[in-house]
Amino acid sequence: MITIIDYKTGNSGSIHNVYRRIGLESRITSSPTDILDADALILPGVGSFDRAMQNLEEMNLIPVLEESVLDQKIPFLGICVGMQVLAHQSEEGNRNGLGWIDASIQKFEMSLIGEKKVPHMGWNNLLLRKNDPVTMGLNGTERFYFVHSYHYTIPTNAEILATTSYGYEFPSLIKKENIYGIQCHPERSHSSGIAILRNFATMGG
Amino acid sequence: MVVTCRIIPCLDIKDGRVVKGINFLGLNDAGDPVELAERYNQQGADEVVFLDITASKENRSMLIDTIRRAADRLFLPLTVGGGIRTIDDIVMTLRAGADKISINTSAVENPLLIKEAAQVFGTQCIVVAIDVRRHTSRYDDHTPVQLSDGQMCWYEVMTHGGSRSTGIDAVKWAKLAESYGAGEILLTSMETDGTKNGFDIPITRTISESIRIPVIASGGVGTLEHFYDGFVFGKADACLAASVFHYGEMTIRDVKEYLAGREIPVRPV
Repeated sequence: MITIIDYKTGNSGSIHNVYRRIGLESRITSSPTDILDADALILPGVGSFDRAMQNLEEMNLIPVLEESVLDQKIPFLGICVGMQVLAHQSEEGNRNGLGWIDASIQKFEMSLIGEKKVPHMGWNNLLLRKNDPVTMGLNGTERFYFVHSYHYTIPTNAEILATTSYGYEFPSLIKKENIYGIQCHPERSHSSGIAILRNFATMGG
Repeated sequence: MVVTCRIIPCLDIKDGRVVKGINFLGLNDAGDPVELAERYNQQGADEVVFLDITASKENRSMLIDTIRRAADRLFLPLTVGGGIRTIDDIVMTLRAGADKISINTSAVENPLLIKEAAQVFGTQCIVVAIDVRRHTSRYDDHTPVQLSDGQMCWYEVMTHGGSRSTGIDAVKWAKLAESYGAGEILLTSMETDGTKNGFDIPITRTISESIRIPVIASGGVGTLEHFYDGFVFGKADACLAASVFHYGEMTIRDVKEYLAGREIPVRPV
């Protein structure tokens, strides 16, 4: 089953709602057994980097996540902060990230974005760089809802499937084997976001 | 490719019902905020704001239920404001399905609430709503703002739904809110609110140019051109309106088609 990880920070409910809307079964859970037994895992993200890592640690979820994602290779999708915690560290906080992706998280470089505002808030594009099943049916013109002040540096051990331009381009959809990370909120991006969540769900069989 | 200018309908909610009159055909229940929000969702709204104007403790659970039902059916961002005073209030509101929360009076009374909330939930989900009133006399050490006729004035922060003066300079308050971790400012001018004469451009522009977080312009929309003015002259990142949408004077699609025609980037409906 599609398993949405509840770690007391994300908006797990809205992802669950999307799946209910398109007739796919999903569950919201923080149970290690459920996580080990999942067909596909989603780590939602609303909140700050440190709070997200703190909750994952305190709820003792990191070992089971590593077992299912790194060892069992269960398809995994991290959304927004849920994507950012896959990196080693973030300028937003002091805690270490999960370190699955060789990259760090930096604040938008104010000197490079002109008069643009931070957070980057609103509807922007995913500029598709590589074909992948997760973006099947998209052509790069669709709009997705972004709300963030920090973004990925270029990862050395993951592919960049899409970038987004806000003053400059940053990685907004990345992939390393079974691990996906997306910076925008597909669960809040109407039909274009629903397409991505549907595509991801099919990877879990 | 740029981030698009956002159009945001705002629903004032009292005891679980939309209070400003609405004029939609085909709604089963015109007073149900969820049904109305869903209509705006279909029309191409970029976000939806729920403003709870009862905001009393006993009606909190009703609002939470409304948010829950809305989050079930909307697949776009939802901001909820009104009566949020504590971190626990924020937790409850976000858990029900809101993406962002808006604080106004409680932030003025306790600016550290902004800081604490931003640390826990991230700056992106904390909207600070500011209601302002214009003063044309005696601006002393307040931030001077020039009106279109050349006259100088300053703007004061008002709280408690615009009923209470604070003496606080609005531009300084916006900067302080930003420095404490607000992710966005929702600016409503009492000079223009309800007039249908357009947004208060001078203060919108001044605040937008003084801070590096997005500004939502609110109060005064009467025509399609007012949206254009808000983005171009007010330098707003988003424009919010209530009655013109509720009364069916224009649809969100109308606004977006108009703006697209004038080369303002919008998310297509």
